[in-house]
Amino acid sequence: MLSNKPNRRDFLKGTGILIVGFSLPSFLRTAHAQSAAAPKTVALDEVDAFLAIDPSGRVTLYSGKVELGTGVRTALTQIVAEELDVPLARVDVIEGDTALTPAQGPTWGSLSIQVGGIQIRQAAATARQALLQDAAKRLDVPAADLVVEQGTVRARSGGKQVTYGELIGGKNFSLKLDKQAPLKDPATYKIVGQSVPRYDIPPKMTGQFTYIHDFKVPGMLHGCVVRPPAMGASLQSVDESSVRGVPGLVKVVREGNFLGVVAESEWGAMQAAQKLKASWSKWEGLPEQSKLWEYVRATKINKDDVSSNVGDAEQALAQAAKRVSATYNWAIHTHGSMGPSCAVAEFKEGKLTCWSASQATHNLRLQLAAMFSLPNSDVRVIYVDGSGCYGRNGHEDAAADAALLARGVGRPVRVQWTRADEHGWDPKGPPTLMDLQAGLDASGNVVAWYSQLYIPEGGGGTGSVKLVAAELAGLPFDKGMYPGNIINNSAIPYTFPNVRTVAHRLAETPFRPSWIRAPGRMQNTFCNEAFVDELAAATGADPLEFRLRYLNDARGTELLKRLARLAQWQGRTAAKPASGEVATGRGVTYVKYELARTYVGAVADVEVNRKSGEVRVKHFAVVQDCGQIINPDGVRNQIEGSVIQTVSRTLKEELTFDRSRVTSLDWDSYPILTFPEIPEVDVDLIDRPTEKPWGAGEPPAAVVPSAISNAVFDAVGVRLRSVPFTPAKVRAALQSA
Amino acid sequence: MPKTIPLHVNGQPKRVTVDDPDMPLLYALRDNLGLHGPRFGCGLGQCGSCTVHIDGKPVRSCVTPLSAVGKKKIVTLEGLGSPEKLHALQQAFITEQAAQCGYCISGMIMEAAAFLARTKNPSEAQIKQALAHNLCRCGTHLRIVRAVKRAAAV
Repeated sequence: MLSNKPNRRDFLKGTGILIVGFSLPSFLRTAHAQSAAAPKTVALDEVDAFLAIDPSGRVTLYSGKVELGTGVRTALTQIVAEELDVPLARVDVIEGDTALTPAQGPTWGSLSIQVGGIQIRQAAATARQALLQDAAKRLDVPAADLVVEQGTVRARSGGKQVTYGELIGGKNFSLKLDKQAPLKDPATYKIVGQSVPRYDIPPKMTGQFTYIHDFKVPGMLHGCVVRPPAMGASLQSVDESSVRGVPGLVKVVREGNFLGVVAESEWGAMQAAQKLKASWSKWEGLPEQSKLWEYVRATKINKDDVSSNVGDAEQALAQAAKRVSATYNWAIHTHGSMGPSCAVAEFKEGKLTCWSASQATHNLRLQLAAMFSLPNSDVRVIYVDGSGCYGRNGHEDAAADAALLARGVGRPVRVQWTRADEHGWDPKGPPTLMDLQAGLDASGNVVAWYSQLYIPEGGGGTGSVKLVAAELAGLPFDKGMYPGNIINNSAIPYTFPNVRTVAHRLAETPFRPSWIRAPGRMQNTFCNEAFVDELAAATGADPLEFRLRYLNDARGTELLKRLARLAQWQGRTAAKPASGEVATGRGVTYVKYELARTYVGAVADVEVNRKSGEVRVKHFAVVQDCGQIINPDGVRNQIEGSVIQTVSRTLKEELTFDRSRVTSLDWDSYPILTFPEIPEVDVDLIDRPTEKPWGAGEPPAAVVPSAISNAVFDAVGVRLRSVPFTPAKVRAALQSA
Repeated sequence: MPKTIPLHVNGQPKRVTVDDPDMPLLYALRDNLGLHGPRFGCGLGQCGSCTVHIDGKPVRSCVTPLSAVGKKKIVTLEGLGSPEKLHALQQAFITEQAAQCGYCISGMIMEAAAFLARTKNPSEAQIKQALAHNLCRCGTHLRIVRAVKRAAAV
């Protein structure tokens, strides 16, 4: 098992990697020289791709999944420390460096633990098995009689011992990941399942943490992009004399419709970008916002994706004693990370290195290689933590901007997007339109369910959202649309006899689409769970009991029963005929995420002001079953965050635009939830230590909008089917009720 | 012409050399003095990520021209406490695990520190009101309120 190939630690000493070492006083060390050492393996089936142990016994985890602010760096450390039986403090983590970490897929979809963590656990189990076999030989004790404590192996009965550092220190494992390598019995866990405090939090509280926004390389300049005033405008001319005299200006970089400035200082670059005069063609290619839903309905359908088809829903609808139908829609949303996107890029000897907070550094590497017509091997992307990332935001685009400007000036360039760049140019959560129909028989049983979604086409191709700079500069890029797998959760978890759920995939959508937290799953769960509530009301049933009636899933049923207890649910069969200005109500909702994993149920309590139309969400009760829990406080933090962020999206958020561009370019025009408006959140976690760990962060976001809509119905008897639930929409619904 | 401007930052006299005396304080702190506590969030005074204290008052450094600071005393997150000697709020935020990405937290702590200095035993509603103009996108609000409450009780 042991070999004498070059050791990773020697290799690391000379590279530009970022070592995130929890025991290091500075938390973070950087170096920038390139190494001549042989490349480290990043192959997904190699233990060495994931793990290294140095002679002192320090473990390095190489993770393709990155810390986006969800706590996975700590959780993944727990998994490694647990499986190897080493102290947490002895594990360092390197994330998202295309030269060093395996391509475990983008950090998305609540899959960091469920997929990434499981691969890492298997690598650790394989390593442990090999270390024990080696120790058995060294100690002359059968492997089965060995125990490991704190990275030291000895016989159960005592006697001689040997450390991991002595066994493997500095050498490669040279082992394939063994899917059969025995995993520790969860009953013996000491670290997994504990609320280990996050390693990244203390340095974030004192200003010691290095975000991408703080990251520097020697000789670095600052760049800003001058955006077209209309999204599809062509650059006609640039008056460089307009920026003559801006202190520290290095260069105006123009390539096709891409226009940027580079200066010695950040403020200098900002000043130059503001002052640079350029003329652009007129462009009015966006639809009228007031007619957005007509536009979506009229958009050419490229194909239909059928996500479920049981019985004959159309015929059952036609024959039903009673039919119910409703149309739902979901506004265009922006990601809105608090720190606008930022990146640093450097061309050196024809090779590109880019430091980015991208959730998908391995994919970004391929995109940059395509954009600059470089072999993949000449591009390296290194992850540096950013401001919260809830999907494919502007980080990749800032990286492409920085690379293009760095090439233009021949020096490293940092690009910091402005707030208007971020709100105006990050890819958007696409507008979503949903038609639902159901049929009831004479006894009030649901006999048919038929849903039709209108969502942009997606899938195939590279899966990477196009880079703005590549398109503006006329450089190569994949023109496909990638909104995320937004058909998920369009099928339903209920056992109706006839079900058809169809997604009409549209040929175009107004803005470059991408995924934002629980993409599609949120919109689809909103309309499905609100419409189920409509059916319960139409049949005079309690909405919680109604769901249980059509659920054939033991874990789902247990979850809803626990939810009823947590929320002290009392049966309700009709909207309350409340009087007075402020009405209160509560709504229940449920999801089995992607119909394949995490279960979540929620009850929302709301207040509705009949006069002003304002909806206030006062309280959320959430029960979640995501299988084995690695870090309970981490899961709670994610649930609280998902609820609050999604209350914000549901009540307040809507991109605004004219025929040329986004007009909601700041926090006044795109308001989000503020402290006085937040609900309380009670969480009940169902821990199943012997089950697989499933995603924790996205699933609770999916249930929030329907819970609020259902609670508003309970309070005032009107259905809110259009997100955001603005006071104007509530007043209009009340007036037409 | 570059101009050298004296500043009083975190208890120390400092000098920054800048091309534009109307450059916002934020860039002097971050780029000239290497202080990464104050963060760029919007450049519009809307989000609070860049909040520092000037003579004890919470100020949005992204819209405060350097020329307006004069001899006033500036305190950033780094000046409030250090890893070796945490301020009560920093300790409370760690204890409550009151961060997700943590980008907004410097501003939250600076705003809360100024608030607690003038308000003893605040109610939860008062804390929420004090932080009403500090934005968080990750949805860490509940933990932030708990952390401020915890620090207020110290």
